Amino acid sequence: MSPTSPPPLRLAVALDGTGWHPASWRDPVSEPRALFSAGYWAGLVAEAERGLLDFVTIEDGLGPQSSHFLDPDERTDQVRGRLDAVLIAARVAPLSRHIGLVPTVVATHTEPFHLSKAIATLDYVSGGRAGLRVQITARPNEAAHFGRRTVPRIAAYDDPAAWDVVTELFDEAADYVEVVRRLWDSWEDDAEIRDAATGRFIDRDKLHYIDFEGRHFRVKGPSITPRPPQGQPLVTALAHDTVPYRLVARSADVGFTTPHDTGQARAIVAEIRAEQAAAGRAGEPLRVFADLVVFLDDDPAAAAARRDRLDALAGERFTSDALVFTGSPTRLADLLLEFRAAGLSGFRLRPGVAGHDLPAITRGLVPELQRRGAFRRAYESGTLRGLLGLPRPGNRYAAA
Amino acid sequence: MSKPVKLIHLAAHFPGVNNTTVWSDPRAGSHIEFSSFAHFARTAERAKFDFLFLAEGLRLREQGGKIYDLDVVGRPDTFTVLAALAAVTDRLGLTGTINSTFNEPYEVARQFASLDHLSDGRAAWNVVTSWDAFTGENFRRGGFLPREERYSRAKEFLTTAHELFDSWQGDEIVADRETGVFLRDAKAGAFVHEGHQFDIHGRFNVPRSPQGRPVVFQAGDSDEGREFAASSADAIFSRYAALDTGRAFYTDVKSRLARYGRRPDQLLILPAATFVLGDTDAEAEEIAREVRRQQVSGATALRQLEWVWNRDLSGYDPDGPLPEVDPLPGEHTVARGRAQVRMYRDPLATAREWRELAAANGWSIRDLVIHTGNRQNFVGSPDTVARTIDAYVQADAADGFILVPHLTPGGLDEFADRVVPLLQERGVFRADYEGSTLRDHLGLDHPDGARGKRAAS
Repeated sequence: MSPTSPPPLRLAVALDGTGWHPASWRDPVSEPRALFSAGYWAGLVAEAERGLLDFVTIEDGLGPQSSHFLDPDERTDQVRGRLDAVLIAARVAPLSRHIGLVPTVVATHTEPFHLSKAIATLDYVSGGRAGLRVQITARPNEAAHFGRRTVPRIAAYDDPAAWDVVTELFDEAADYVEVVRRLWDSWEDDAEIRDAATGRFIDRDKLHYIDFEGRHFRVKGPSITPRPPQGQPLVTALAHDTVPYRLVARSADVGFTTPHDTGQARAIVAEIRAEQAAAGRAGEPLRVFADLVVFLDDDPAAAAARRDRLDALAGERFTSDALVFTGSPTRLADLLLEFRAAGLSGFRLRPGVAGHDLPAITRGLVPELQRRGAFRRAYESGTLRGLLGLPRPGNRYAAA
Repeated sequence: MSKPVKLIHLAAHFPGVNNTTVWSDPRAGSHIEFSSFAHFARTAERAKFDFLFLAEGLRLREQGGKIYDLDVVGRPDTFTVLAALAAVTDRLGLTGTINSTFNEPYEVARQFASLDHLSDGRAAWNVVTSWDAFTGENFRRGGFLPREERYSRAKEFLTTAHELFDSWQGDEIVADRETGVFLRDAKAGAFVHEGHQFDIHGRFNVPRSPQGRPVVFQAGDSDEGREFAASSADAIFSRYAALDTGRAFYTDVKSRLARYGRRPDQLLILPAATFVLGDTDAEAEEIAREVRRQQVSGATALRQLEWVWNRDLSGYDPDGPLPEVDPLPGEHTVARGRAQVRMYRDPLATAREWRELAAANGWSIRDLVIHTGNRQNFVGSPDTVARTIDAYVQADAADGFILVPHLTPGGLDEFADRVVPLLQERGVFRADYEGSTLRDHLGLDHPDGARGKRAAS
């Protein structure tokens, strides 16, 4: 690679049920009855690993899926129900060797102490390939599943009247990530000493109370789980607006964004970089990715026809927060390289139909990007941070 | 008519944070790395054990205001390890200890239902309760419970979780591509629970799992704990592995079942049991003595004495005589996050008794702690241990045992290689798995009766 060549492009795939099109389960390649089996998820992750992808994310939620952004629906024509994403990731970890595993976790109703040790443990069982995608929920029905708080009803996440509520939830998520991260550091790497002479198993001076006290909760620490192999597993978040961009800038290693063209991509990257500087993290590596929904066939007309067929089955045109790409892997490679030139360092592709578009990514898009020298030809690191070119962070509590 | 021969159930407790675990032995490996868990689980499965058991503690123990550093410290997350172990085993049951005080039913029910799906029906839940503010400091939900409410919360937690598991029948997912019907029922997973501890409603989002409900364990020993087990548990993780106390516990708990309309075989009594093997009984005794010395270093002996004395004894010589000073009366404050201290109900009497014992035998502090501490439950040649375990089970001291080796990860290997074949020869332990789910191994009814199959398969 010449000194002026751009950094390698990073590729992730977002796994959600049978795919991101609501009628994807009706595609002949889909296995809707296998969704609740380990084998289904192991197969998808093996396919993604075959394509040398950086990581997979796994969607999750604390309630049934819904076609409405805030309320549950009573639809029976779409996939409803899902398994816990952290446990899916743990279940496939021993069956994979290189690919990163990034389950979605909901900060709003869960315990950062539990989540921190769960992701640390995912990092252990995967040998340093764990991450998380932090998410908030303003759904009143999900709050009712926990019964510990009510969430004020909002009209939309981007409604100005909802600004305070949404900001509050994201601020809480930032505190949540802070607690999760401090707990990961609450054991120094060499805390376990097994000193037979003194009978001490650990050097307790290398374990630290995190003593977090925020507006929403306090957590004492230390974690019950030693510092994970990566030190800090990967923290990611999806962001569509200033408030979530701020969460990405303050708390994340990778931010997923939804630009629909390169102009938007430039503006989003600039905004996140400015927030990053404002948060005092200017020097720290933070990768900004774009999300794209993809329907891929070598013949673009076939991809379009496939999407149209699914739309007809769904009874409505498929729309998404992310740009929807329908076409050939070659043209998608062009588009990704244009986006990269606009300042994005990677992409999280959401396959329209997992059983079709994931193999199209690994067997079509990836070889195309490799031919252009834009993607790896072999896994070059054993950890997820390593794949993304992120260093293993020092421990905030260790004496310098 | 002679009593039919009982088949023995065997399980393996991963040796980790536990004062019987010997970490100073050169053979002792990591208590955190997945390779240790995988080795341990594979050994248990090779030996056709019913299940593997993970304990849990949600705050590192402290003594004298500092983190306790003499035992193994640290453990991975229970659910995450069990889900990963499901990938490296096929039949072994996967039992996790999960606290009902510092969790919420919707989340725990999702996790167990997910684990049951991902393991094809091998999940089990050891329901424990706590009430202490010490552990609560790690949780946003904070706090703690009044002590008298811990069982009512645990019971309501379990009831609520069962309502969530039962909110899916198992036949809702149709997934008919032609008609476009994914779900038969638009309200699949609907639930309402209005209670003192939980007031929740909505829709559960994990379809019914292979076992319907995970197997439920209970570990409490109080009268309330026993009653909770009799009403709601499938198995008890007890601490009575000796013949006499085991029989008393067994009789007591099984006699409580009729009150709830349950049969004696619907609640298994599985005490935790330690063991030491040798080529001969004499050799095993010798090894057992050595292991007990490894388990109780001088430093450990002083700290364990503090559990009774309730005061700082760090100035004492562990190889010297017991303290002249009496235990500090009142609430125990020296050790935190450790259940054992509650066993000493009259510390003054215990101290008096121990001083007399030490004086009569010429024991130092360390000698005394070693001698009064728990002796291994089964010590002997493989033949002796196999015969003893069988005899205890046939005498209704237990339905089987949850073995707690003192070494990680190889502590179960010798038992698997040398004792299990003898139990199989005696015809009291399975030669191979006959079913695929943990309920099958334990001989428990499926909550759905004969319909107990995954609908969407």
